[in-house]
Amino acid sequence: MLRKSAAYPLPTSSPTVDQVGVIERTSRFTARSIKKESKVQGLNMVLSMIDLTTLEGMDTEGKVKQLCYKAQHLHDAYPGLNSVAAVCVYPNYVALAKKELKGTTTGVASVATAFPSGNSSLKLKLEDVKMAVDSGADEVDMVISRGRFHQGDYAFVYDEIASVKTACGKARLKVILETGELGTLDKVRRASDIAIAAGADFIKTSTGKIQPAATMPVTLVMLEAIRDHYFKTGEMVGMKPAGGISKSKLALHYLIMVKETLGEAWLDPTWFRFGASSLANDVLMQIMKQATSNYQSADYFSID
Amino acid sequence: MKRLEILKTYKLYIGGKFPRTESGRFHAYMSGKKHVANVCRASRKDFRDAEGSARSAQVDWWRKTAYNRSQILYRIAEMMEGRKEQFIEELILQGHTKAKALAEVEKSIDRWIYHAGWCDKYQQLFSSVNPVASAHFNFSVLEPTGVVCLVPKPGEALLGIVSMIAPAIAAGNSVIVLCDLKSPLSVITLSEVLHTSDLPGGVVNVLTGELSELLPHVSVHMDVNAIVYAGDDKEQLKSLQLDAATNVKRIIKVDSAELNSTEDPYLIREMSEVKTTWHPIEQIGASGSGY
Repeated sequence: MLRKSAAYPLPTSSPTVDQVGVIERTSRFTARSIKKESKVQGLNMVLSMIDLTTLEGMDTEGKVKQLCYKAQHLHDAYPGLNSVAAVCVYPNYVALAKKELKGTTTGVASVATAFPSGNSSLKLKLEDVKMAVDSGADEVDMVISRGRFHQGDYAFVYDEIASVKTACGKARLKVILETGELGTLDKVRRASDIAIAAGADFIKTSTGKIQPAATMPVTLVMLEAIRDHYFKTGEMVGMKPAGGISKSKLALHYLIMVKETLGEAWLDPTWFRFGASSLANDVLMQIMKQATSNYQSADYFSID
Repeated sequence: MKRLEILKTYKLYIGGKFPRTESGRFHAYMSGKKHVANVCRASRKDFRDAEGSARSAQVDWWRKTAYNRSQILYRIAEMMEGRKEQFIEELILQGHTKAKALAEVEKSIDRWIYHAGWCDKYQQLFSSVNPVASAHFNFSVLEPTGVVCLVPKPGEALLGIVSMIAPAIAAGNSVIVLCDLKSPLSVITLSEVLHTSDLPGGVVNVLTGELSELLPHVSVHMDVNAIVYAGDDKEQLKSLQLDAATNVKRIIKVDSAELNSTEDPYLIREMSEVKTTWHPIEQIGASGSGY
C-alpha cells in the first residue's frame, strides 16, 4: 500500500487536457438520479472518507480535542454511523490528536512543509515533516512549490516530493498541488504526473486557503492522471479533493465521478478522501432527513 | 402589423433570485375568462431551498443596525410608490374595483413607512429592566425568532401580505411567504420591489403554490422557527400546531381583517424572543441605584 520514493523517473511530458470536454463530462456526473437507498449508503460512505480538518491560526488544544471527540461521536442520536477516516491538524497538535484518538480506527493526518505557502528551504520542510512523523502522524499532507513549478523547474518539484516521501517513512504522503494557483488544467495534469512519479500515496487538490479550491473539473483531471498511471503500472494512487465541498449532494457527485473514472476499488477511505470541515454536518443532516423524513436544522448538530 | 405583447412570467423569489419552481409545475391564472399568467406551483424542494437562503440571510440582516433596517423598509415604500400603477392594474386583474385597488396600494405603501419607523424603536418599547430580589441588574431585550414562515389568508393580494412581512423583517427575522394561488400576481410584483430596495437576498422569499401541499412539510421542518398563520381553516391550523411540536416552533395565529385595518407594533413582539440577562452588581449602600 505504501509507495516508494521516486518510484518512477520524472515524466518528460504530460498529455494535454481538453478543457471543454472535461467540463462537459463533469456536468454529466451531476445529472445522475440517486435513489433513496443508494443515497443513504453513499452518504454513509462519504462520512467514512472525511478527513475532519482544522487548519487555522486560531486552533487551540481545546479545538483539536473537540475535533477528535467529534470524529468518534458524529451524531450519537443515530447509532451505527461510520466514523471519519482521519483528523487533519497542524504538526504541533499531532501528539495531542494521537493521544485523543488512541485505540480508535481514526487516523491523524498532519500538514507539513511550510503549509500553506510551501515557501521555505528543503531543510526546514523536512524538519517539519520529521516533527509530524515523530509525533505519530499516520499521514502527511505536503504542499508543492508552486513558484518553482511555474518557473518550469519540474525537477526541483519532483526532487522535493521524493525527499519528503523518504522523510515520511511509514506515514502515507498526500501531495497538495494547490490547483487554484496552477491556473490551467494542463498544469494540473502536469503537476499530478510529477507527484505520482515522485511517489505520492495521494494527490490532493488544495490547501483550502486559496479560492477556487476543489472543483469537479480539476478533480477529474487528477483522477484521469491516476487512472493513466494505473493502466501503465497497475499501481493505485489515492485522491483527496479538499476545500469547498460542504454539501452532501456535491460529495455524492464526487463519488459518482470516482466510480465512473477509476472504478469501485477506489470507493474506499484507503484511496479516496474528502478534506472538509463542514461537510460532515451536512451529511449527517441528510442522513437524519432520510431517517425521519423531516428537513433538519443545524441547531441540533455539533458545532464545527 | 400589431405588436405582440410581452407577457411576464410570474416566478418564485428565493435567495434574491427569481427561479421557476424546480418541479416545473404551474397554475394557469384566470381573470374571469381571460388567461392572464402562468404562476409557479412551488414544491417541497423549493421550500427547502427558500428556507436555506432565509437561514443564511437572517444573521446578516439582524447584524445590520436598526437604523439601516429602517432605511431599507422606507426604501421599499419608495419603490412601491413608483410602481403604483402596476400594482393597481394587477389588483384589478385579481378582482378588485379601481377605487378599492388604489386604496389598498396606498395603504400598503403606508404600512411599510409605519414599520420602517418601528425598526429602531420597538426595542425601547418592549424591552424592560426587571426588579429582582438579589444583587443583579436584570434586563430583558428582544431578539428575532429566526426564520419565520408567513401564511397570508388565501385571497389576500397585497395589504394582508405586506402587513405580515413588514413587522417580521422589522423584528430582524427572515421570512418565507407562502402565497396561495387565489391571488398570486401582486405578491410576485412585490418581490420585484423588494429586490430593488437594498433588501439583502434571502431576507424575504416568496413561494406561490397549494397551501395544503406545502404546509405539512413546513410544519415539520426542523429549521423553521415560527409560522404566522392568517387563514381561517381550523383543521389546517390544528395540524400545523400538532406537527410544530417536532421542534417546538411557534405557531402564531393572526386575524387577517384585524391585521389589515389596524396599525400596531405588537406583531413585532410576537415574532421576537425575549432574552433576559442577569448581570451581577455591587450594592453600594442601602438605597439608591445599584447600577
